[in-house]
Amino acid sequence: MQSASYDAIVVGSGISGGWAAKELTERGLRVLLLERGRNVEHIKDYVNATKAPWEYLHRGGRTVAMEEAYQVLKRDLLNEKNLAFWVDEKESPYTEVKRFDWYRGYQVGGRSLIWGRQSYRWSDFDFAANTKDGIAVDWPIRYQDLAPWYDHVEKHAGVSGSRDGLPQLPDGEFQPAMPLNCGEELFAGRLKQAFDGKRKVIIGRTANATLALEGRAPCQYRNACWLGCPYGAYFSTQSSTLPAAAKTGKLTLKPWSIVTEVLFDKNRRRASGVRVIDAVTEQSSDYQAKVVFVCASTLNSTWLLMRSATDIWPGGLGSSSGELGFNLMDHHFRCGAEGQLVGLDDKYYFGRRPNGIYIPRYRNLFGDKRGYLRGFGYQGSASREDWSRAVKELGIGAAFKDEMATPGPWKFGATAFGEMLPSHANSVGLDGAKKDKWGLPALKIDCATGENEHLMRKDMMADMAEMLERTGAKGVKTFDHGYFPGMAIHEMGTARMGHEPQTSVLNAHNQVWDAPNVFVTDGACLTSSACQNPSLTYMAITARAAAFAVDELNRRNL
Amino acid sequence: MTTQMTRPSDTDPPRPINRRDAIHCVTALLGGAAFVGGRGLLAACERASSALQEATLGEFTAEDIAFLDEIAETILPATNTPGAKAAKTGAFMALMVTDSYSATERKIFRDGMRKVDGAIRQANGVSFLQATPPQRLALLTTLDREQKRAMDSRKAAMDARDAAATIEHPAPAHYFRMMKELALLGYFTSEVGCTQALRYVESPGRFDPCIPCTPGEPAWAAHA
Repeated sequence: MQSASYDAIVVGSGISGGWAAKELTERGLRVLLLERGRNVEHIKDYVNATKAPWEYLHRGGRTVAMEEAYQVLKRDLLNEKNLAFWVDEKESPYTEVKRFDWYRGYQVGGRSLIWGRQSYRWSDFDFAANTKDGIAVDWPIRYQDLAPWYDHVEKHAGVSGSRDGLPQLPDGEFQPAMPLNCGEELFAGRLKQAFDGKRKVIIGRTANATLALEGRAPCQYRNACWLGCPYGAYFSTQSSTLPAAAKTGKLTLKPWSIVTEVLFDKNRRRASGVRVIDAVTEQSSDYQAKVVFVCASTLNSTWLLMRSATDIWPGGLGSSSGELGFNLMDHHFRCGAEGQLVGLDDKYYFGRRPNGIYIPRYRNLFGDKRGYLRGFGYQGSASREDWSRAVKELGIGAAFKDEMATPGPWKFGATAFGEMLPSHANSVGLDGAKKDKWGLPALKIDCATGENEHLMRKDMMADMAEMLERTGAKGVKTFDHGYFPGMAIHEMGTARMGHEPQTSVLNAHNQVWDAPNVFVTDGACLTSSACQNPSLTYMAITARAAAFAVDELNRRNL
Repeated sequence: MTTQMTRPSDTDPPRPINRRDAIHCVTALLGGAAFVGGRGLLAACERASSALQEATLGEFTAEDIAFLDEIAETILPATNTPGAKAAKTGAFMALMVTDSYSATERKIFRDGMRKVDGAIRQANGVSFLQATPPQRLALLTTLDREQKRAMDSRKAAMDARDAAATIEHPAPAHYFRMMKELALLGYFTSEVGCTQALRYVESPGRFDPCIPCTPGEPAWAAHA
């Protein structure tokens, strides 16, 4: 067994782990960054990034063999183009007590390579929500705690967007916004009139740079982000945080390193390091550090805590509160409405903008009161339909073909992303009967939406239809494509922050109450889910916790 | 687009061509696909090059592929831009049915091919391959209306069900919807379709949110 010592160990190299590595190294710590999967080198390993559609065997589609190998991914996202960025499900099984779509990316960069890039600040409507509603526990932080850290991460990540002065969606340090296209302009203008400015269309705030950053070109409007960007234009670990951390000379990155447990020193009541299995050789090694950042992704972080310090706490490190593994959340979505925009047939656009529009939350705010708690925001876009409209239309032959090769009608569609309440009933645990390839007990997930979400979904469909009708769209149709937890890939909770060790796993600085040199800063730490995409908040929380950890080390408190 | 073919080295062992290899050979010939089978397979492909003129693809014979080419060409004929046959759409359809369809869907598709041939024989006394383009167009226009009716009532039935149940158990489609969908996909994602019927720009470099559009102007092809 080999052994080595560092100032800090970061478990996981995705969005949160990359930020932890950057912040800790830049503050002078020698950091070991552990990633369970393979290395993915920036640009070089984006093997499909510039491939044309016709260069794929099945034109990007799926085969029966792929469906057999990817039983979870096939439920939604399975495709031929970026298959290499998704977990090998046979090696890493999990158990679904109820259907839960767990979409994982086990490689350096994690899911930062394939994320949706929408980046919204949360506000005090979100951080104060639990205490206002008397639900779960109060967040131990407020917007002002995170605001400077949102500034910090937005500047480095490169978030483009408009400043809109909305209290429920605070403005930030944005690069110039991408423009709305003419269909979206039309809709936005009419919506403002129809709803007196209470419902508003803004351009999506997205971690696609519109100005060059160090080592990164601005967005080239290819809209192929999910293959990896050869220009480094969108935020990923590889484009943004990893080069910054590497530049300090204090980073050691080890791929193929599965952390099996956080090592806990009973006498000092501190973690002493981590135990790692080499994913390829299956050899075990221990690494020592003064602090450990657990950033393995929401469910993997909790899974790791559950395997740690079990000789003291049978439920694992952080389980003394009785809350480790509970209060799992996601965003429920896949419902909304669409309709046709008229009068723009002589207008088109050039370039493929990797971003859409956003309609910030308006429900249960500013005097609005519904029969459910919290709210939702819409993500959508206007575009001219492409040739695929031909599948459903009647017609074959010469005129039909030539028509389908031209831009189709303008359409506007949007799906709502709704807040999911934290509930003790939504939990994860260890499945004693199932093991992964490396002998670790599989994670068992038991999660479902409840009455509040079901009530909200009615508004999520009806409101969009109403907005389209009142702005003059034709052929308005609502849709609900069906939702199961996990589908938004916004797993949150299971090791929540709180004010007290009796009711939360982490304190206001993301320290495990029972092990103050262990920080959990990814989605696991969230106390509620808001309705905005969560990744920007992981970045800000991670950067804040990293600065605090270094200060505490310097004060000799850890 | 040329396939990345290099001469096989002498050390590559000779190897017989199997069904899956044949698929990859044909797909390589479709244009574009990077060769994934390694040099041994490449050698086999090249040895089998004359056989490839009448390559089989799964359950599909060379004649089947010619038949599918004509189905696709009837749906998407050559106009002032090339048609589906020029984009080798028949071979693509056969590949997708072979690799991506379930056994149930494959059977519906195969039975559908027989139905098309039977219907044209009944109407015109000739096989589909022997029929004239107007005869083919007349038949497929009828089948298009038939599939549209069938698919609309299928959708109504699915809409009446719980959304969650529908995403877990979608019902199979009408055979001519399958053919039409595959022909459209095969054509509009081919190099011919993307670059001649549509306009393909790999890296636009900018976004113009609102530009004039004249009638008949081709749409932009997608990237990824």
